[in-house]
Amino acid sequence: MTADSYAAPRQRSDFLRGLLASPPVVVAAAPFGVLFGALAVENGFTTYEAILMSATIYAGASQMVGIDLFGTKVAPWLIVLSIFAVNFRHVLYSATIGRQLSGWTVFQRYFGFFFLVDPQFAEAEQRVEQGRGISFSWYMGMALPIYIFWVVNSWLGALFGSLIPDPHALGIDFLLPIYFLGLVMGFRKRPLWLPVVGLSAIVSIIAYRTVGSPWHVSIGALAGILVGALFPSPLPLQEDDE
Amino acid sequence: MSTTFWVIIAGAVLTYATRAGGHLVLSRFERIHPRVEAGLNAVPAAVLTTLVAPAAVNGGTPELVALAVGAAISLAGWGMLPMFMTAAAVLILLRHLLG
Repeated sequence: MTADSYAAPRQRSDFLRGLLASPPVVVAAAPFGVLFGALAVENGFTTYEAILMSATIYAGASQMVGIDLFGTKVAPWLIVLSIFAVNFRHVLYSATIGRQLSGWTVFQRYFGFFFLVDPQFAEAEQRVEQGRGISFSWYMGMALPIYIFWVVNSWLGALFGSLIPDPHALGIDFLLPIYFLGLVMGFRKRPLWLPVVGLSAIVSIIAYRTVGSPWHVSIGALAGILVGALFPSPLPLQEDDE
Repeated sequence: MSTTFWVIIAGAVLTYATRAGGHLVLSRFERIHPRVEAGLNAVPAAVLTTLVAPAAVNGGTPELVALAVGAAISLAGWGMLPMFMTAAAVLILLRHLLG
């Protein structure tokens, strides 16, 4: 009993802290949710199918690729394969963050993995870096608003998407790269950050031009990870001298 | 059920497999080699960079300036939301002025 009465308030405040980490993600992802819903309906999806896709796949970039391909009449298995290829990076997220979940039950782990989108992973890694650890309460506190708003925004886009004036003028197509840049910058105190980022950038650009999308993500990432793995970093997490 | 429905379900199953699979494989090993450990520590920066770099190279002046402003604000330590809002405002403004 005593253990419970100590644990409960901490869980609640952890959940709250998770909730408070979610607004930037909700704001940054909102235009995409709406845009996705709008494009899905434009490409022949019903409103129900658009919502189903957001609720079950829950991975914006791959959803965009998916509805794009529906418009081109390619074979269904190719669409599925493309979704898988775009989402392949999550294998790395899962392996990386999985090391920090020793306090979670098996159910919590495999429930939590469903919500492992890019910002969820980045934010969780930031917490690890700050030595605060990832509790299930914190993780779900962050995950639930992002997930709920993603699904609701897709719904709104499917219903009212034709009212969006001009996505390009509003900058919607380029908001995600800006957001991801912010995430990349958040890791700048990690060992070998600059070489990792530099090589990932160069290799992903070359792969984008030669092999093509979405393979540039896995190829570029692998190059950066090899830098991290192969070069010694005697002073882990040192302060940088900006 | 329509083809669309099954494509969505298959896509969802495979997406979940990527999110659970990395941990599923890695947790089979008793010990993780230090180099694997170091490589995994590079994952966030490495993967997220590949989501920015090609978009940056394909972008014009508004896109590049927005990213540069964003990077500068991050270095100044302003935090995510101000950085995102400012860079987005720069992008929209320059697209109106230059486009």
